[in-house]
Amino acid sequence: MTKINWQERLSPAVNAIAPSGIRKFFDIAAKMQDVISLGVGEPDFVTPWTIRESCVYGLERGYTSYTANRGMKELRDEIAAHYKRRFNFAADADKEILVTVGVSEALDIALRAVLSPGDEVLIPEPCYVSYAACTTLAGGVAVPVAAKIENEFRVTAAELEAHVTDKTKVLLIGYPNNPTGAIMTREDLLAVADFAEKHDLIVISDEIYGDLTYEGEPVCFAALPKMKERTILLNGFSKAYAMTGWRVGYAIANETISAAMTKIHQYTMLCAPITAQMAAVEALRRGEKYKDKMVAEYDRRRRLIYDGFNKMGLNCFEPKGAFYIFPSIKETGLDDNTFAEEILTAEHVALVPGSAFGESGKGHVRCSYATSTDKISEALNRIENFLRKRRR
Amino acid sequence: MRELLELIEHDARRPVSEMAVMLKKSEYEIENEIKRLEKNKIILSYNTLIDWEKFGSDTVTAIIEINLTPQREVGFDAIAERIYRFDEVRTVYLMSGSFDLLVIIEGKSLKDVANFVATRLSTIEGVTATRSHFMLKPYKKDGIIIGDEEADRRLVVSP
Repeated sequence: MTKINWQERLSPAVNAIAPSGIRKFFDIAAKMQDVISLGVGEPDFVTPWTIRESCVYGLERGYTSYTANRGMKELRDEIAAHYKRRFNFAADADKEILVTVGVSEALDIALRAVLSPGDEVLIPEPCYVSYAACTTLAGGVAVPVAAKIENEFRVTAAELEAHVTDKTKVLLIGYPNNPTGAIMTREDLLAVADFAEKHDLIVISDEIYGDLTYEGEPVCFAALPKMKERTILLNGFSKAYAMTGWRVGYAIANETISAAMTKIHQYTMLCAPITAQMAAVEALRRGEKYKDKMVAEYDRRRRLIYDGFNKMGLNCFEPKGAFYIFPSIKETGLDDNTFAEEILTAEHVALVPGSAFGESGKGHVRCSYATSTDKISEALNRIENFLRKRRR
Repeated sequence: MRELLELIEHDARRPVSEMAVMLKKSEYEIENEIKRLEKNKIILSYNTLIDWEKFGSDTVTAIIEINLTPQREVGFDAIAERIYRFDEVRTVYLMSGSFDLLVIIEGKSLKDVANFVATRLSTIEGVTATRSHFMLKPYKKDGIIIGDEEADRRLVVSP
């Protein structure tokens, strides 16, 4: 009997995407003792108790059913109220807001709702690992646009302009940025908004780290003049409220796009888990002060880790958002994969190579400061030790 | 400087150099600020929270509710002072409600504490009644959960 080649039978789109580059490091690090990980892309805080307790209370009262496809009305109302309060941005809770299983799902269905085969999606890089993969899976073509360290990893309209073709349909941005920690100021985003309008693009704006902005006020792209109708705004509770494992996020888009996304969502997810939705309601009603405390702590750690890398003499720009710092390790002569592997083996520090976040991340490593100051200090010592040995 | 106080309150052993970076100040400024806070008795002391039970010490803690007859001019203060000067007394609060002072006492044994209440506290002039409650098990003290088993359950590396 001939052996069946299952690989060939897989969907070409799936075969076209590479597995996440992070996996390898996870496998090595997971077997080691005494690893300090700066490789974790989630808060080290546990979800505030008031949020956890509200979920337990919901379960006790028997909240175990499906919810409306779009999500619980209370949650959508709270989301609408939050945007009104925070950005003076009005969204219709019944027609424009969809509660999803994390931003990951929201991103997937946003792309599937708007892309036709061959449509191009402009993606400033370095960026979150799933942007390009989800684009490919949705039949689109990911067009990376390299953001530069000289420009603090902000993307400019001119850089975007250079990649526009007649197939360009979507611009997918994520600021504050994972992995660089870059933010875009209001002025930066206004220029991008003009660009989007000029080329009549749909903008998908992933604002999951929006609340984790340490300099200036967070900017909501959809709330910029004239941007509401062409923006699919993605956000969730994972980062700001330390709720990664709950898997709850949302998308805000115009009525037509929102209805299209809801259609996909109802056939694939049906609804986000009711327990997570109840917790999310509590997060918006009473979670603010806990969030503020966590953000203040990230900010202090940010200064600590930035100071540490600076003293080591690594070329590193000051991150202004999220909880990552993205130093260049080019001076070591190692490529980022080798650097990450060697430092893990020699010093037991887990980092993520920058190339996992796109070509333009090459020569950098992503370090997360969502970990205690003791561990940050110890990790910095170990990295410095590693560099000293190499420089000798 | 509220942020500095919050950092010290949580961990008094944090190096000055680290706090300086975290708060965007120079080490000199931080040191001066701490000195000032100590001098003005805003920072009262640097204590360590110890799980004595785990260490093996078997002291007894009692919470005593005390009713008082307030005195002219000084109210409750003079009697409170007579009470809080005892070494055995760890904490004293003036309370609203059905009693006046809440006193926390530590002693070597039940008998020891009972004896202290009977011979030293109850006999103070102005003390009209005492009710003693012995503490059985501490769950949380000064914001710290004792024997907290909530651990970091995150994957070592994630996107």
